[in-house]
Amino acid sequence: MDQNLKIELGKQGVFVTTIQELYNWGRRSSVWPMQFGLACCAIEMIATTMARYDLARFGAEVFRPSPRQADLMIVSGTVTKKMAPQVVRLYNQMAEPRYVIAMGACAISGGPFKQGYNVLKGIDRYIPVDVHIPGCPPRPEALLQAFIALQKKIDCQPLTGAERPRFLDAGAQGEFPVPVPGGHDLEPTSNRGVWPVPITMNRGE
Amino acid sequence: MTSGPYFSLVVLFVAALGFGLGPLGLAWLWAKYFAPPKPNPTKNSIYECGLVSRGDAWVQFRSAYYLYAIIFLVFDVEAVFLLPFAVAFSGLSAAACTAMLVFVLLLVEGLAWAWAKGVLTWS
Repeated sequence: MDQNLKIELGKQGVFVTTIQELYNWGRRSSVWPMQFGLACCAIEMIATTMARYDLARFGAEVFRPSPRQADLMIVSGTVTKKMAPQVVRLYNQMAEPRYVIAMGACAISGGPFKQGYNVLKGIDRYIPVDVHIPGCPPRPEALLQAFIALQKKIDCQPLTGAERPRFLDAGAQGEFPVPVPGGHDLEPTSNRGVWPVPITMNRGE
Repeated sequence: MTSGPYFSLVVLFVAALGFGLGPLGLAWLWAKYFAPPKPNPTKNSIYECGLVSRGDAWVQFRSAYYLYAIIFLVFDVEAVFLLPFAVAFSGLSAAACTAMLVFVLLLVEGLAWAWAKGVLTWS
């Protein structure tokens, strides 16, 4: 609908909306994160929820200790190869719609521990990440900005059509394979469906 | 019927029932027709903090735990009643005092039984 007409009607005291806007407003205003922290970024995540930064202003103060009730997974910290299967399994156990924020250099790429034999080089190798936050660790303001970016992303999602999100597509993938520890690395080393292997890495990783 | 003395109560009862069941029904309908379920074996498995759960969630507890229940009852219930008993002791009639003593004796009987059975001995 025409934005100008909507604003004009609003001035007259008539509130006009669409099902899509209402639906997305409801979803973005009550994104419940899952309560789990992996490393130092978790400390910043805790600070974000506290009174000084107050994530509650955006409707996300309810950290749930169970993936059944959570909408948002904040991967806050280094994902070791020992921990990665658990993180992917928890993501699988979350109910749709679900979102992921990869917080900090480690979660998005392995960060300063990238060369470590035991560190996963980014959680986006296994699960689809909605927002990446750089920083080591990112300040609470950065997490807030990532959260606002996620809300904007939710706001723009259409309910029908080819552009609709995964959870509204009955045929779309719902389960992401949980990697298992192999002899040398996690197997598989990445989920090709969510993380296309860069060309430079094709030669034996 | 509408003139009956309890008619308003019936109306309130039905309204209260609807108030409770209505949202539940709406939630059920919403989940049935609009929610985007994507069930899979991982999601439907028992939640165990990301780990694969071992065994069944429906475990049986040993019936031997009844001993703990008895001992707990003896000391907990007795403590609850002994304090008011002691506070009101000087003002109690003989009948009330006897009734209380019988009650305490019944519980002490459980303790004596457990003692005789050797439950109190740490092995």
